Amino acid sequence: MAVADLPRKSNTSVLNSLAFRGVVYQILLAAAVLFAGWYLYYNANTNLERQGIATGFSFLNEAAGFGIGESPVPYDSADSYGRALVVGILNTLHVAIVGIVLATILGVVMGIARVSSNWLISKLASAYVEACRNVPVVLHVIFWASIIRNLPSPRQAFSPFEGVFITNRGLTYPIPVGNPVYPWMGLALLIGIVGAIVLAKWAGRRRELTGRYFPTFWPGLGLVLGLPLIVWLAGGAPLEWSVPALRGFNYRGGASMTPEFVALLVGITVYTGAYIAEIVRAGIQSVPHGQVEAARAIGLRPGLVMRFVILPQALRVIVPPTTSQYLSLTKNSSLGVLIGYPDLVNVGNTTLNQTGQAVEAIAIMMVVYLSISLTISLFMNVYNRLVAIKER
Amino acid sequence: MTETTIPTSATAPAGQTGVSGMALERIRENVSEPPPTEKIGALRWLRRNLFNSPINSALTVIFLALLAYWGVAFFEWGILNAVWYTKDSNVCREATGACWAVIAEKHRPMLFGLYPYDEHWRLVIALVVYLGTVCVTLAPPFWKKYILVPMWIVSLAVVGTLLWGGVFGLKYVDATDWGGLPLTMVLFTGTLLFGFPIAILLALGRRSRLPAVKAISVTLIESMRGVPLITILFVAVNVFPLFLPEGMDINKMLRVVIGMAIFFACYQAEVIRGGLQAIPRGQYEAAEALGLGYWRMTYKIILPQALRICLPGIVNHIIAAFKNTSFVLIIGLFDILTATTSVMQDPLWRRFFVEAYLFVALVYFVFCFALSKYSHQVERWLNEGRRF
Repeated sequence: MAVADLPRKSNTSVLNSLAFRGVVYQILLAAAVLFAGWYLYYNANTNLERQGIATGFSFLNEAAGFGIGESPVPYDSADSYGRALVVGILNTLHVAIVGIVLATILGVVMGIARVSSNWLISKLASAYVEACRNVPVVLHVIFWASIIRNLPSPRQAFSPFEGVFITNRGLTYPIPVGNPVYPWMGLALLIGIVGAIVLAKWAGRRRELTGRYFPTFWPGLGLVLGLPLIVWLAGGAPLEWSVPALRGFNYRGGASMTPEFVALLVGITVYTGAYIAEIVRAGIQSVPHGQVEAARAIGLRPGLVMRFVILPQALRVIVPPTTSQYLSLTKNSSLGVLIGYPDLVNVGNTTLNQTGQAVEAIAIMMVVYLSISLTISLFMNVYNRLVAIKER
Repeated sequence: MTETTIPTSATAPAGQTGVSGMALERIRENVSEPPPTEKIGALRWLRRNLFNSPINSALTVIFLALLAYWGVAFFEWGILNAVWYTKDSNVCREATGACWAVIAEKHRPMLFGLYPYDEHWRLVIALVVYLGTVCVTLAPPFWKKYILVPMWIVSLAVVGTLLWGGVFGLKYVDATDWGGLPLTMVLFTGTLLFGFPIAILLALGRRSRLPAVKAISVTLIESMRGVPLITILFVAVNVFPLFLPEGMDINKMLRVVIGMAIFFACYQAEVIRGGLQAIPRGQYEAAEALGLGYWRMTYKIILPQALRICLPGIVNHIIAAFKNTSFVLIIGLFDILTATTSVMQDPLWRRFFVEAYLFVALVYFVFCFALSKYSHQVERWLNEGRRF
């Protein structure tokens, strides 16, 4: 009786319920965001109208009227802004992909060197990591660009190896002259890779069924490298190098990288390599030593310990942060705008200055980088799932 | 311990396991002493650390030879044949070594940019005040709200007065003329001041139960993390003025700082989210059981623990924010790097860019390296007596 007669407490009112308040807060927030968006849009529209700046993406079809220093696809200044931006995207991808490969190699080598039992090597590796990580990437890129700009001209070229020249015109190196046998070698390589994968799958299944071990590393390597070698030998072992030679003020023959490309590549590779080295070191050290001892105790040879015990556990720690380093390398490639490498930001910036359509130009840059970032994280997530802990 | 006859438990021979009560006491006292350090001779050390296998021995020899070669070359370039001080760039040109004189000659425009030459002393005092405040902030005895907050307010007021001037007989200097290391510090401090509150709000928003709040936080965080800082700076410089109503204008430096702060906040928010996720549910439930509302629970119970857990990550991003201030080179704010590159346009001295850039790199290195060493130290302090 007493309970029913108690007065209703005010905090049971709908105004005090968490759910109701949540809905109100969200409506208020959404309204604020929508209003801010509308307000900015309205301001931008009136400002652009007043300044007589066109809007929309029709400028993409107009002639760009500026040249681009290097381009993987044919381009000249009569082509459209759209094509110029595509060239920029391709250049960004070019330097990012080469950079990711080189930074990974550098980072893995340095990371392993840091955990080396050799005192000298581990100290040298940590000196590299600390020196490069604690200096801004902008300074790295500027520094290397200045170094390359001040290198000797082709006439007094610096040549570390026969046929390789480092000058203020960039890096020039020999390449094999094209031959009809080479495409077949590529095909053989592809077959070799597929064969090695099939062999590894078969050996794995056999091991699980019968417990007998079948070596896959050397036969696999033999398939991948051997098949193209056989094709090459069968094709008469053609090997003709196009070696760069000085003609007048520059080199003929061989292949070359522009100074801007080399500077940007070295800068972002050295910087990101230091971060990847730290990640690799942490990954290797995250595997408890007992794991190695246990693996040795059940009779695994050192190579197998590395392959079946250390690497699978270390990779789990290494892959996610490495993904973000790849992403940051790709984004740092936008520093090309500082040193004249025609990447997306550089081309986009020129477009912006010529057309005045800042909103559209910057929106294009952002959307492209977002798509690149999302694509890389997608691929790395798939890979991450492959190396993640399999709960059985 | 003075008596050495008492065996410690680890080294006790099998026959002496029955230790008397008094000896046990002494063993217990012994526990507080550090374990005996292993002393090895130089030769043993060499063999263990440099020549422990044939491959390692070969590597050691190769790298020692390379190190000696490069070390001698660097010593000759950087010290033996270097020019330490001269007003005449021709002296440097004739020398075969480094030209450190370029730093002696140009350090003022490098460190202070376009700031009026006669007023540089103000920047020196401002830097000393700022760095002093930072040092005090880093020392644990001063980690108290009633010390830190007033100290920073006073310190920033002093620094601002010195930079702007216009009062106490100081000449007024417009923000567009600021430059060099003080500008780097201003950008850095501004990024942290604006960035941290945004980061915490975004991290909380991402973990919110309200779908709209969560969606807005996730969209902002992910899109900011997907684009380069350069594009954010372009937006701040080129696009943002278009979005303001006619006649309204925000200082360029402020726009850039806010852009960098939002960029910083989106990365920092992810770190803080990691810390929030590590807080056990019981902490939330206990706080709610005590009758704390959302904000009081977050402020008093959740955030202190979460920030402690993710402190290393937070410091990493603070270091990154410091390095990221150098991106303003692209949009032409005169931080220390921009000032140096423009000084290096001087035809008399520009061939000595290596020395100048090494100097700037050293400035960045000292700050970043000190911060990262400090963060390791803080981790040790915080982890004393607890295991996460």
